[in-house]
Amino acid sequence: MKRVLIIDDEPLARMVLLEYLQGMPGFEVIQECGDGFEGIKAINQHKPDLVFLDVQMPKINGFEMLELLEQQPAVIFATAFDEYAIKAFEAHAVDYLLKPFSKERFEKAIEKYLAQSATQNKKQTAELLETAALSPAQHERIVVKTGTKVKIIPVHDVLYLEADDDYVSIHTAEGAFLKNKTMSFFEQMLDARHFVRVHRSYIVSISEITRLDPYEKDAHIAILKSGAKIPVSKSGYARLKQVLGI
Amino acid sequence: MSNHTSSASSLKLDWAFAGCGAAWGILQTYIIHSFGFEWYIATIDGLVSTILLSAACWLINNNLRYYQPGKGSYINLVIWCLFLAAASMAGSRWLLPLIYSDSSYLNFLSQSLIIRFFTNFLAIGWMAMISMVWFSQIDQKENEKRKSEAEGLARDAELYNLRQQLQPHFLFNSLNSINALIGFKPDEARRMIHQLSDFLRGTLKKDDQQKVTLMEELQHLQLYLDIEKVRFGHRLNTEISCDTACGEAMLPSLLLQPIVENAIKFGLYDTTENVTVSIRGEVEDGYLVLMIQNPYDPQTSRPRQGTGFGLSGVQRRLYLLFARNDLVETHASDNIFTTIIKVPQL
Repeated sequence: MKRVLIIDDEPLARMVLLEYLQGMPGFEVIQECGDGFEGIKAINQHKPDLVFLDVQMPKINGFEMLELLEQQPAVIFATAFDEYAIKAFEAHAVDYLLKPFSKERFEKAIEKYLAQSATQNKKQTAELLETAALSPAQHERIVVKTGTKVKIIPVHDVLYLEADDDYVSIHTAEGAFLKNKTMSFFEQMLDARHFVRVHRSYIVSISEITRLDPYEKDAHIAILKSGAKIPVSKSGYARLKQVLGI
Repeated sequence: MSNHTSSASSLKLDWAFAGCGAAWGILQTYIIHSFGFEWYIATIDGLVSTILLSAACWLINNNLRYYQPGKGSYINLVIWCLFLAAASMAGSRWLLPLIYSDSSYLNFLSQSLIIRFFTNFLAIGWMAMISMVWFSQIDQKENEKRKSEAEGLARDAELYNLRQQLQPHFLFNSLNSINALIGFKPDEARRMIHQLSDFLRGTLKKDDQQKVTLMEELQHLQLYLDIEKVRFGHRLNTEISCDTACGEAMLPSLLLQPIVENAIKFGLYDTTENVTVSIRGEVEDGYLVLMIQNPYDPQTSRPRQGTGFGLSGVQRRLYLLFARNDLVETHASDNIFTTIIKVPQL
């Protein structure tokens, strides 16, 4: 028996999936969730075999929800209209349903899911997130998890990012938050006009920089409004000069 | 209308032309008389020379009416003037002896040919210059008219496009809800199809320039809200308050729609709780003031909230209609986002 979770903020949209799934032998719906927070809880608790996931949902969207999970489940996306999401789906061959979808189309998606191994399914979801996170809709905020709570950081609240082993530490006025991503991921995701990678281990919001002091040979130190001192490498200094136009 | 004025002003030009011709003829007659010739021969000479000169002037004027010389072809114009001056001079030289063949007059005529040539050239050149300025001015006026017409058209097209920004997200999700209802509540599915059709028809048939009463606008909006309520169920509440006086106030059709869409979108996606969107209308100092409020979360709200398409589109539309940029305001406080729109009541 495959255990299925449905996450969608519209009750009627969940109803369609429920109805279609009732005709499927071997599938059992264990829970329905109305938003991403409920979704995270339910996934961590039940470890479902398959998740039907809407993209546009309150507070955190489907992609952001997945980012907050330690382990990616197998996912079939259901969305009405989202150019970037669809591009991401296509690039990673994850199956997706465009609302409204027919029962035949739904059955095809189930067949595709059954044809692939569980590890393959999960790997696809993970790869998809890397692409989806680069879409313009995701550029405005970063979703992190602190303990059991979810924190949404608007990008303009970010002071600087610091590499921290396998994590990146996101520094804001409220403190630092860890996210399981790489520096080069953030370098790509963040708007290059406002964030500059000044060092192998640092990305800085240029509006935070108050002073640039020389330090040793070829190196500099950036002093931020918050008082933090950030090392600037030779190539980082060149990039910074380019963005600032000096 | 402008065609009429241009023909009236061209008539004025014709009269001025005739007046100048008469003055020229009288002046020439007087000058020739002052050289000691009889009034009779002086008048004949003045008349013949003036008619020939007028013909030359008319020719050059007519030419320039249909053909404006470019910068490089001014020399052609000068050559034309020289040619016409020579032709009118030659005409006098040939015609006048046929009418009056006194030897002292003929002697005077051949001696004065050179001065006749130059005065003719000056007169024709002067005429050419006036015509050129005159016609290029008319051209310019027509260009300006066309330009403003084109701008008007572009504005209409823009308004049309702004209105056509139908939200595909809304449409597909509504169809999905209908798809769900067909299975277990066919009557509700049918009702939703009717609401959706009425809403879409209302959106398509409205003319942008058209003004509607707030009452009509709210009726159209109600269709939209009913559909959204089916989609989001208990999560969405709406409060609409508007008294009879403001129900009669006029506003551009479909002005409220994008604002309310925005309010619902941000209300619903900014929180997981129940959401109340309120719409309030008042008539105040010759303005219809509309206030739309929705809850939002200042901690997580996306920065585009204030500048979303909905709001900037409404602002642009009000600017095109009233040439004012201060008719849309937004405030955010205490987790409530407020949009205020003022519509001048003319």
